[in-house]
Amino acid sequence: MLTICGWEASVLKQAIENLGNRTIEGVWRIGYATRFVLAILLHSGTAFRRFGLTIREIYFSGVLSLIIILVSGLFVGMVLGLQGYETLQTYGSESALGVLVAMSLVRELGPVVAALLFASRAGSAITAEIGLMKATEQLSAMEMMAVDPMARVVAPRFWAGVISMPLLAALFSAMGILGGYLVGVQLIGVDEGSFWSQMQSAVDFEQDILNGVIKSVVFGIAITAIALFEGYDAPPTAEGVSGATTRTVVMSSLAVLALDFVLTAFMFRGLN
Amino acid sequence: MHNDTLVEIADVAFKYGDRPVLKGINLTARRGQVIAIMGSSGCGKTTLLRLIGGQIKPSQGTVRVAGESVGDLDQAGLYRLRRKMGMLFQFGALFTDISVFDNVAYQLREHTDLPEDAIRDLVLLKLHAVGLRGAAQMMPSELSGGMARRVALARAIALDPQLVMYDEPFAGLDPISLGITGNLIRRLTDTLGLTSLVVTHDVQESLKIVDYVYFVSEGVIVAQGTADEIRNSDLPYVHQFVHGESDGPVPFHYPAAAYADDLRLGGQRA
Repeated sequence: MLTICGWEASVLKQAIENLGNRTIEGVWRIGYATRFVLAILLHSGTAFRRFGLTIREIYFSGVLSLIIILVSGLFVGMVLGLQGYETLQTYGSESALGVLVAMSLVRELGPVVAALLFASRAGSAITAEIGLMKATEQLSAMEMMAVDPMARVVAPRFWAGVISMPLLAALFSAMGILGGYLVGVQLIGVDEGSFWSQMQSAVDFEQDILNGVIKSVVFGIAITAIALFEGYDAPPTAEGVSGATTRTVVMSSLAVLALDFVLTAFMFRGLN
Repeated sequence: MHNDTLVEIADVAFKYGDRPVLKGINLTARRGQVIAIMGSSGCGKTTLLRLIGGQIKPSQGTVRVAGESVGDLDQAGLYRLRRKMGMLFQFGALFTDISVFDNVAYQLREHTDLPEDAIRDLVLLKLHAVGLRGAAQMMPSELSGGMARRVALARAIALDPQLVMYDEPFAGLDPISLGITGNLIRRLTDTLGLTSLVVTHDVQESLKIVDYVYFVSEGVIVAQGTADEIRNSDLPYVHQFVHGESDGPVPFHYPAAAYADDLRLGGQRA
């Protein structure tokens, strides 16, 4: 029996074949997903012409995510207040607590944590809903009624996610700052004037807030596109939909973290 | 082509990958007829409906509906043609997030500019036709299987189509719902002048209401005729199917290795 480096040739051949098949399948899937996103953009007319459809989805994706976003934002801000005070007081700069809390939230934690929560709460719901619509032939029924599911179901959900995400991230940051204020100023006793005034002078609208908004828009696009694709592509079975829902959460969380690194590298390179 | 022919399928073949599902099917449906397409599970009946609806394209032959070749239409043409069709899916496929009323109103709102008052009247008319006007405000999750099927039927006829396709309309229904659904298909066909294509393996219920039957087996039409001709047919496959015999041309056993070999009896025969 032929062996190569201690491996049987047939086993090695099988392993290489598997690797090749998985690579081809992965590349094919990326191409299919790209075409899917282009199709969403091409079919977006209805989402704006009949904006009521998009507003309805903003309610389901955005408004119903408010509780988890607001509560999480408050707690993250409170933790930042505690941890920040601990570190800053070592250097006698506890008056800069407001800056630390605001910068951390607006630049990073607001967009990223809100996006991770959005992926878990709204992304998984979108995938499960579309997947079940497919499994119960609702999408086929729509097609047979001469209604295009891409225009009627997919595109409004996509734009709802893109619109909701920056608003949720902004609310997350606002609640976080409130949490930092409650812990830092009200509980620990940091000077209220320096907390707010230093924050006001240090946070730049363009460099900090606008970049944070850009990040959250990009995250919104990524999460919603992944969620919709996974739902639309899910095998029409119970296992198929549950697998697709899991993939949505995993893939969109990884996408958010990877995109955050890339965007941060471009946005904050060389800044103070 | 007869001038009252609505659906004409000529020499149609279809493959899923390399697996042939349909091999040279010929079928004609005229206006006002209830046509049944029968055959055992997996014989390609639903595929035939999907070809007529344009959800898939034939690998050979032509499917013509209302004079148009379905496989040659672009998406806009296909959607225009589909407004002349209604389809009842096996389990209704109602939109679960909206009420019965909104389900039936769906196509009217999507495809017409009718005022809401007119839509309301039309929806109640269609729901009345299937006996469920009183369920207009219920949600699909509150309906029984038979009721869901009837709401889906009201939705399928909302735009007064020329052709209605039914995918297993009798599956999983109790005897009362079975009778109601069968009568509805016949009555709506006669009253509205539709053509109905019913894919089913419920022989007894469908033979009561159909004008003509096509039997499909292994991708080809093995028998066709009126309900009486089918009842009295002495073709072995049709006889087995109509009388529900467990063995015959369609064997009870799925093809397998010799039983003795599977039980490892080493040369002894079972």
